[in-house]
Amino acid sequence: MDKLMGQLKRQIIERLNLKDLKPEDIGDDQPLFVEGLGLDSIDALELIVLLQQDYHIKLDKAEDGPKVFHSVRTMADYITKHSPAKKAS
Amino acid sequence: MDFLDELYRHYQLGYPKFHKMDQLSKLGVLATDILLNESDHANKYGSDETGIVLSNSHGSLDVDLKYARTMEAGASPALFVYTLPNIVIGEIAIKYKFRGENAFFVFKTFNGNFMAAYVNGLFDSKLIRNCICGWVDYLGEDYRALLMLVETSGSEKAIPFTAEGINLLNNTSHG
Amino acid sequence: MNPPVFVAGLGVVSAIGLDAAACLHSFETEEAGMADIKILHTRQRGKLPVAEVKLSNEALAELTGLSSGMPRTALLSALAAREALADAGIFNFKDLRAGFISANTVGGMDKTEDFFESFMMNAAAGKLRDVVYHECGSITEIVADHLGINHFISTVSTACSSSANAVFTGARMIRHGLLDLALVGGADALTRFTLNGFNTLMILDKSFCKPFDEHRQGLNLGEGAGYLVLVSEEIMNRLNKSAYCRIAGYSNANDAYHQTASSPGGTGSFLAMKNALENSGLVPGDIDYINLHGTGTNNNDIAEGTAIKLLFDPVYPKMSSTKSFTGHTLGASGGMEAVFSALAIRHGIIYPNLRFETPMKELPFTPVTKFLNHQRVKHVISNSFGFGGNCTSLVFSAS
Repeated sequence: MDKLMGQLKRQIIERLNLKDLKPEDIGDDQPLFVEGLGLDSIDALELIVLLQQDYHIKLDKAEDGPKVFHSVRTMADYITKHSPAKKAS
Repeated sequence: MDFLDELYRHYQLGYPKFHKMDQLSKLGVLATDILLNESDHANKYGSDETGIVLSNSHGSLDVDLKYARTMEAGASPALFVYTLPNIVIGEIAIKYKFRGENAFFVFKTFNGNFMAAYVNGLFDSKLIRNCICGWVDYLGEDYRALLMLVETSGSEKAIPFTAEGINLLNNTSHG
Repeated sequence: MNPPVFVAGLGVVSAIGLDAAACLHSFETEEAGMADIKILHTRQRGKLPVAEVKLSNEALAELTGLSSGMPRTALLSALAAREALADAGIFNFKDLRAGFISANTVGGMDKTEDFFESFMMNAAAGKLRDVVYHECGSITEIVADHLGINHFISTVSTACSSSANAVFTGARMIRHGLLDLALVGGADALTRFTLNGFNTLMILDKSFCKPFDEHRQGLNLGEGAGYLVLVSEEIMNRLNKSAYCRIAGYSNANDAYHQTASSPGGTGSFLAMKNALENSGLVPGDIDYINLHGTGTNNNDIAEGTAIKLLFDPVYPKMSSTKSFTGHTLGASGGMEAVFSALAIRHGIIYPNLRFETPMKELPFTPVTKFLNHQRVKHVISNSFGFGGNCTSLVFSAS
């Protein structure tokens, strides 16, 4: 889990061009949107693409976004539960 | 390092959203920042008193191409939202809270006659009290920004906002 | 008092008809233009409904006299522009300071996509002639050449408000005595670029859109073109016909909130409508019909609705989104809806907002759901709001 969260932080910074941030600046439970990291709706859509491309997880409804992308930990949870590799095993 | 990123650092913009913008928006926001730097613009005008009228010849082609390259693997929404030339105006408007009339025109080359007529028309109709206007173009390695702040009264250094004046400004700023 | 600007002619092509008469018939019979994708080549076929103009490029070329190798946006533009000029009875521009102010957002993107497909497989393949029309300005130039307009040509590209901005730019140039006649509006063809792009934004409804409904799921993309022939009073008198209406006023404002999303309070929409009314010398109570921007996205409809509430409360004019028929035609929508607004005044009709069922819980008003005849329609406001925060409202008044 910690490894996945670390990886996610690097991916988020890279994908969303958060150039002023380092992975250690993002708390595991820190809210990613609005009052937290200040991400917006387009960032949420980029995160959906990130899930699709890097984890092969498809999020069909944008409305699920706020729950899944609340923090790095909720994202990691979601990935662990929905990873296609997990399901196959 | 990218020249625009260097400028960002040099002028200490402190605006993290900058890094998410496409090159055209970065160029426009930086140019506006340099234009308004050290002016008391923010105190002088209300939020709907500032107009923005920009033009260029390549529209949003730079980011269009970048977005097109992502379409196969999974199109990038963050790139797609910049695939319109007037998004640079939106970014300037967001950063400085300008809500006045705004327009984006595509011309082959800088058209001082049109720009002067159009912007003067906005002033004549009392729609705005000041206007940021000019040229912002970006494609590949090639970019150019020429922004002007047009006001009804200016300092002694100011040049009159006429077609001749801004065409001359355009011709002499071509390095 | 501003010198008046008259609408002397109009032309439109959309998924619900190839000309104004055909579109009016579809409105009356309440037939929407959305369907499965049949013309555009894309992997989204069968997944997303769109509102296509039901003619191939070859058929459009034949109708217009342009080559079928031209970008589809240019073909659509030429068809509607020709209708508008013929409708106004303008057959040449002799002794006229005529302008063509046209909007689009995709330019020759369809041709560029064709080029890319070949080029990606083989760098030596792909016809370079396909990319020369990529930029939005070239569409305007193709059509201006075709029509023989050369006094003044300009392309407006401000996303979904583009052609509404083209309309008022022309009106303004006539008001200021810079032009005698302005052919204004816009065109946009469906392309993979826009379809995939809007799909990534997750704002496309997989069924037919339901603007201003509590359960709206997003927009349907469409394609088309719409143009008005605007003239000064002097030219109107010379034309020996009656005008559809006047352009009474207009306003543009920036929402200054987000690249694509509208502010929750609809700040930009409110400013555009309020200032357009002032510019027309009208008060909210004068308006008989609002042609809504009404895309059917969660975000647009709540922002636009909130702005309407703020401006019109407690007495609301009739309103509807014609995008429930034509889909959202992006750079063409403002021009097409300007045409529909002029027709509403001419014929005293109000268009229905198809598929509306449940009122939005935040709003105290609902759109019109049936085609209405014999209406008093003297003043119409048409809204067009675009990405980049660009918000425009046009006001049309009976002349």
